[in-house]
Amino acid sequence: MAAPRIIVVGGGLAGLAAVIKIAEAGGTVDLFSIVPVKRSHSVCAQGGINAAKNLKGEGDTTAQHFDDTIYGGDFLANQTPVKAMCEAAPAIIDLLDRMGVPFNRTPEGLLDFRRFGGTLYHRTAFAGATTGQQLLYALDEQVRRYESEGKVKKYEGWEFLSAVIDAKGVARGITALDLRTMELRAFPADAIILATGGNGAIFGKSTNSVVCTGSAQSAVFQQGVYYANGEFIQVHPTCIPGEDKLRLMSESARGEGGRVWVPRNAGEKRPVKQIPDTDRWYFLEEWYPKYGNLVPRDVATRAIHKVVYEYGLGLDGQPMVYLDLTHIDRATLDRKLGGILEIYEKFVGVDPHDEPMKIFPGMHYTMGGIWVDFNQMTNIPGIFAAGECEYQYHGANRLGANSLVSCIYGGFQAGPNALTYAKNLAAPEGDGGAAAEVLRQAEINKNLLKNEGTENPFKLWRELGQTMTEHATVIRYNKGLKQADEKIVELLERFKKVNLSDRSQWANTSFAFTRQLKNMLELSRTIALGALLRDESRGAHYKPDFPDRNDERFLKTTKASFTGAPEGPRIEYEDVDIQFIKPRPRSYTATK
Amino acid sequence: MATKTVAIEIKRQASPDAPAVWESFELPWRPGMNVISAMMEIAANPVTADGRDTTPITYDSNCLEEICGSCAMRINGKARMACSSLIDNLEQPIRIEPLSKFPLVRDLQVDRSVLFENLKAVKAWVPVDGTYDLGSGPRVFPQQQEANYPLSNCISCCCCMEVCPQFNEDTGFVGAATIAQVKLFNNHPTGKVFKEERLRALAGDGGIQECGFAQNCVEVCPKQLPLTEAISDVSRDVLIQKAKDFLRG
Repeated sequence: MAAPRIIVVGGGLAGLAAVIKIAEAGGTVDLFSIVPVKRSHSVCAQGGINAAKNLKGEGDTTAQHFDDTIYGGDFLANQTPVKAMCEAAPAIIDLLDRMGVPFNRTPEGLLDFRRFGGTLYHRTAFAGATTGQQLLYALDEQVRRYESEGKVKKYEGWEFLSAVIDAKGVARGITALDLRTMELRAFPADAIILATGGNGAIFGKSTNSVVCTGSAQSAVFQQGVYYANGEFIQVHPTCIPGEDKLRLMSESARGEGGRVWVPRNAGEKRPVKQIPDTDRWYFLEEWYPKYGNLVPRDVATRAIHKVVYEYGLGLDGQPMVYLDLTHIDRATLDRKLGGILEIYEKFVGVDPHDEPMKIFPGMHYTMGGIWVDFNQMTNIPGIFAAGECEYQYHGANRLGANSLVSCIYGGFQAGPNALTYAKNLAAPEGDGGAAAEVLRQAEINKNLLKNEGTENPFKLWRELGQTMTEHATVIRYNKGLKQADEKIVELLERFKKVNLSDRSQWANTSFAFTRQLKNMLELSRTIALGALLRDESRGAHYKPDFPDRNDERFLKTTKASFTGAPEGPRIEYEDVDIQFIKPRPRSYTATK
Repeated sequence: MATKTVAIEIKRQASPDAPAVWESFELPWRPGMNVISAMMEIAANPVTADGRDTTPITYDSNCLEEICGSCAMRINGKARMACSSLIDNLEQPIRIEPLSKFPLVRDLQVDRSVLFENLKAVKAWVPVDGTYDLGSGPRVFPQQQEANYPLSNCISCCCCMEVCPQFNEDTGFVGAATIAQVKLFNNHPTGKVFKEERLRALAGDGGIQECGFAQNCVEVCPKQLPLTEAISDVSRDVLIQKAKDFLRG
């Protein structure tokens, strides 16, 4: 039997981690990515990667990391995989270190660690404030090595369109579109791994990169894969509002001592540096004395929201608060936070060494995602998922610096598991359904190109983003969520009249975007409806009308399945694995 | 009151063989606007300044925070990242063209895969034994980390290659970005095992001796990599390597 052939879709940390494991085990990989893999969204991660290495004499343990992660996620994450991830994390850091990631060091030449939100330990290894970039490059370099040895073939500039599924419901490959020539093709495989990131584009402006549309997740969802916990969306407390996107201002700014405050008086007229300490309100430190500015993201985000909208204390009446680093000396800031301060200065034109930054919460991370089992496989045999596109490691709220570790760990699991699965797979009958799937995709393309409507896809997208941001982010009401779902249904209807201003068959980016838009619309219903049905508050999901967590009804994973019917996806619930840590109330006003 | 607008001219080309044409756009101004948000505005309203329907612009972009390296283009004659190019800091009409030294795909999109091929040729990686748990990595002192980290910030945007007078088909010069990576990996305690191979890869035609020390690279680099320093360090190492290889016969 020929060596199994695995397809990995997505070249961020999770995808590359899977590729490396498969190539190392002797498998061959076809790696698909919309962008050259070195330009994947993982480069945007800033602050660091968590692992309980306990190099600061604090007595940190992997059990503590496990507990912080489960507690931070408000007990919604299945505990078995999270426990395994936390136990594997220290060795992952060592591996990255061996691969040459330029982690910051202690004077003795050991790895340095800093604090991050939702923990009281120094557990976050970091490379300046560009840790994601450095980690991605390290894996990219290892994959380039395998590529030069012929074990990996890259298809950069190809977009995944769908899975090829045979008559028995088993995945047999993918269809993909060459974004230059617009050629549509099927690629056979014995197993496929999706590592396609988050879905920030559904919210219009977010901290996510342009490619983070959730399109691939939505495509397989529409083919029968479950989508889990869609309603759990992380809004990062500190972003730089922008015209084109919301730029992340890393939690590491607070990890290194940054303080969040607003002037105590609405309509404060003095220049910021002349406002004395007594007239500044450090509301996080006041409300959460133990964790202070390092409460988890959902908690910090709601606090900022409250100060701005309930107390009316936004800066100059605008939805913004200060994030202040000016009390820390310049050399320390440059050594530990250089990259992000430079970004702020470049995009805002103010030097954060001298003046407090103005920040506001913005959509940041997709906790929910493709449903997978503990082997990272979906309910369709042969389709695996890893990284932000799946749902498994963060529960109702992700702790800062846990994303990088979950991506790499998830990829490290998915790769070998896919290989094992593929080795035991019987050969397909005929082409495994490839020709039929290509035909189905070709039909979609043809209809889109000849459509004579009046709707501009980019305008439809703006409307989607506005309604999702308004109704399905920080504060959620059932009335608003119903409106959001109705709006999505309206947009789906208007999508039928979409008009491509560009009908050419060469590097047609509007065509590719419009295909993604349809998938965004379908997936956004799982977010709106999942949130509508979950009448409780848990982690990032907050309903003022149901302010408490309700374990009896909702200590459950939401599982959405596609129906194609007007009433939208079918929602069912699955029990959460809580065998190691008994759920307890979550509060950061004191030590947990 | 007339609303404030932004005047932009974009050089367009439907395919590598199609003729290039300039199109003008008049867009509503908004505070904090960058070149990317201007492109987004055109995509939502694809109409030229003289009211003619056109198509959205094809260009590469991804992170929009100057860390993925995608959106390099020539803006008012200068190679730079579109995301960090704020409209208010640019003289109008803003003239936008694709990078000129790379094969054109469409409009502002070019093919920069040459850099990734160069990185393969110089083995720009640390050859680890495997991904299984082998304990901690080599000790690295903060001084060494602080020297290497800036080199590891290269975002592969290729601006340094675009502005280099020596980067062209005649010389086949690899360009500054690749040379900086050679320095980075030769500095690494494990990566330096390939030091000789990397230096030899830079010793021949198109190698480091093609550099004419114009120093444009270091001026244009959006991440302020110490490129000229890297070139002179690696140059010296290549010469030493050549001498060694000569003596060895």
